Amino acid sequence: MSNIDKNQFVKKSMVLSALSLALSLPIYVDTSVAGDFPTAKVNTTGLSVTDDVVKVGILHSATGTMAISETGSIQAEKLAIAQINEAGGVLGRKIEVIQEDGASDWPTFAEKSKKLLENDKVAAVFGCWTSASRKAALPVFEKDNGLLFYPTFYEGLEQSKNVFYTGQEATQQILAGLDWIAKEKKAKTFYLIGSDYIWPRTSMKIARKHIEQHLGGTVVGEEYVALGDTQFGSVINKIKLEKPDVIYAAVVGGSNVAWFKQLNAAGLNAKKQNMLTISVTEDEVLGIGGENLEGFYSAMKYFQSLKNSNNDKFVAEFKKAYGEKAVIGDVTQAAYLGPWLWKAAVERAGSFDVDKAVAALPGYELTTAPEGYVKVDPNHHLLSKLRIGQWRKDGQADMVYESGLINPDPFPKGYQ
Amino acid sequence: MFGYSMEDVGNIVVMQGFSGLSLFSVLLLMALGLAIIFGQMGVINMAHGEFMTVGAYTTVFLSKMAVEFDIVNSYFIFAIIAAFILAFFIGYFVEYALIRHLYKRPLDTLLATWGLSLVMQQIFRSTFGAKEVSAELPEWLLGSFKPTPDIDIPINGVFVMGLALIVTVGVYLFMFRSRGGLRIRATVQNRMMAGAVGINTQKVDRLTFALGCGIAGVAGAAFTTIASTGPTTGSLYIVDSFMVVVFGGAASLMGTIASAFGIAQAQSILQFFMTSSMGKVSTLMTIVIILMMRPEGLFASKVRK
Repeated sequence: MSNIDKNQFVKKSMVLSALSLALSLPIYVDTSVAGDFPTAKVNTTGLSVTDDVVKVGILHSATGTMAISETGSIQAEKLAIAQINEAGGVLGRKIEVIQEDGASDWPTFAEKSKKLLENDKVAAVFGCWTSASRKAALPVFEKDNGLLFYPTFYEGLEQSKNVFYTGQEATQQILAGLDWIAKEKKAKTFYLIGSDYIWPRTSMKIARKHIEQHLGGTVVGEEYVALGDTQFGSVINKIKLEKPDVIYAAVVGGSNVAWFKQLNAAGLNAKKQNMLTISVTEDEVLGIGGENLEGFYSAMKYFQSLKNSNNDKFVAEFKKAYGEKAVIGDVTQAAYLGPWLWKAAVERAGSFDVDKAVAALPGYELTTAPEGYVKVDPNHHLLSKLRIGQWRKDGQADMVYESGLINPDPFPKGYQ
Repeated sequence: MFGYSMEDVGNIVVMQGFSGLSLFSVLLLMALGLAIIFGQMGVINMAHGEFMTVGAYTTVFLSKMAVEFDIVNSYFIFAIIAAFILAFFIGYFVEYALIRHLYKRPLDTLLATWGLSLVMQQIFRSTFGAKEVSAELPEWLLGSFKPTPDIDIPINGVFVMGLALIVTVGVYLFMFRSRGGLRIRATVQNRMMAGAVGINTQKVDRLTFALGCGIAGVAGAAFTTIASTGPTTGSLYIVDSFMVVVFGGAASLMGTIASAFGIAQAQSILQFFMTSSMGKVSTLMTIVIILMMRPEGLFASKVRK
C-alpha cells in the first residue's frame, strides 16, 4: 500500500515541480519564507531543523494486535504531512517523517519515544493510540520536553503540557449522547457493557453517574468482558432478562465482532433493542459487518458520511491515496488534525521550539478540519461537536443528531 | 421470583442451557485437534491457533469468491472441507520440515511451534492485511430459531454444535474403528513394538499431526460464524484449547469431551450469576484446584510409561 501512495505523491510532486517551472514566482515566494525565519532563530533548543527540512516522528503500531486500529492513523498523518509539504511546508521547511513501530507493546512505545526525541531530535511526534501506550510514553515526553499529538478518544483524567489531545475526552463523547438517547427513546433503564480495561471502565463510571444523577434513569446491569473474549451467551441472556431500554456499549477489538454477531443471532436487533455504542467507527464496521449493526447508534465526533466541503475533499484525497475501498473512522480523522495543528502552532509561534509552540496553540481555531470547526482549548483538548450516527447495512452511518460545540473537561467534577 | 415472571425465568433457563451447550461445542472443536497432537504425540503445538486461522481465512476467502459467483447459500459446506484440506496439508508439511526433527526434545517443540505461530501470524498480516475481516454468511446461518415467541436459539450456535458432533464422532470412529486409528494407537502405546510389526511410525506421526491440524482448520472455519478473523485470532483460542486438553487428561478423547463440557457449563452458569470476568476467574480457580489434586487431569491416560 505504501508503495502506491508514495508513487502517487511522487507523481503529484512531479506535477507540482512542473507547475513551479511554469509559474516560478509563487513558489519562489514560498521558499523565501524560510529566509524570513533563520534556523538559528526558530530553533534554539537543538531540534532537527535545517534551512530546508524539519523532522517529525510518527509512532504507532504497524505490527501486532493494534495494527488493525492504528494503520488508519498512520495513513491520515502521512496524508496530512504530504499535503502540508505540497503547500510549501512549515515556515518554509519540508517535513520529513521518521516512522517508528510501537509494535503493540507499551514499553516499546516508551523506548521509541526516547529514540525519536533524544537521537532524532524530532520537532513533534504524532502517535500513540491506546491509553496504555500513551501512559508509557508520557514520562519520556515530559522529561525530554517533547511534543505529542494524540488522536484517540479516551477516558480523560489527564492533561500534560507536552501533549495535545485531538480526539474527544470521555465527557465530550458520553454526556450529550446519553442525553439524546434518553430524550429521543424515552429511555429509563440502561445496561452498561464494556471490555475490561481502563477506558471502558472510566467511561462507564461517568455514564452511570450521569444516568443516575442527571437523567433520573437506572442502571440495571454493568458488565465487563475480558479483552478478546468471544463468548457472550450468558451476558446476552442476562440482558434479555433485564429488558433494558438501552444497551450502552464500549466493547473493543475482536470481542466487538463476536458481541454484535451473537446479539443479532440471539434475536436482539435494532428493531427490538436500542443500543448506543462508543466504540464502533467505520473501521470496526468492516470486521463486524454492516448487517449485524444496522439500526444501532454510535456516538462519535466524526463520521465518514459527514456532509461538508472540508470532509468531501478529505474523503476524496484519502481514497485517492489509499484506494477506493478505504474507510475513515473517528480516530483516523482526529489523527489527520495532528500535523495541521502542529503547523499552526509553529507558525503562530514563529518557532519550532516546543515551549513556544505549545504556548501558541491554545485558542487556535482550525476551520479546515473534516469534522468542521474545532478550537484548541487551554487544557490542550479540542472543542468539538458530538454526532450520533445510525449504522446502515453498507457500513456507513446516517447522522441523526449533532450537538453544539462541547467544551473539553478532562477532570469532570461530580463524575469521579 | 426476584421480580421476574415465571415465564421469563423459564425462557432464560432454556436459552441459558443452550448457551452452555453452545460454549461446550466451541471448546470441544477447539480442543479436539490439539488433543490428537498433544495427547497422542506429546507435541506441544503452540501454532494450533494459527491452524484455526488458516481455516478461518480459507472460509473468508471462499466467501468473497462465493459473493462474486452468487453462490453464498451453498459455499459454506465446501469452505469447511477446503479448510480441512488446506490445514491438513500445511500440517503435513510442517511435520515434515520442522516437527519430526524435534521429537526427542519436547520442550524445543514448544519454542519452535511458538516461533512458527509468529511466522504464520506475520504471513497472514502481510497477505490479508492487519484489519479483521468477516466471512459473508449464507442466509440460513443467520438469525435465530424460535420455538416460542420469547425463546431465541441462535442458528449459528446450532450449526457449530452439529459440526462439533460430526467431527467428534468422526474422530472417534477413525481412532477406534479404523486401521489408521489402530496404527496411531499402537504407535502411541509402544513405538518400538509398532515399528517391529511393520507400522511405518514416521508416516503415522505425519498423518496424526496433519489430522490434528486439519481439525483445527475445521474449527477455524466454524468460528467465522461467531467471531471475526484477523492475523492474531488464533492466539485468542490457544489458551482455552490447552486448558481443555490438560484438564481433561492429555491422552484421552473422553477426557477432552468431559472437560470441555465441565468448563463450558461452569463458565456459562457462573457468568450468568456473577459478572462476566468474575465467572471466568472462578472457573479458572476451580480448574487450578482440581489440577492440584489430580495433576493427570480428569481422565488419566492408560499408556504404560
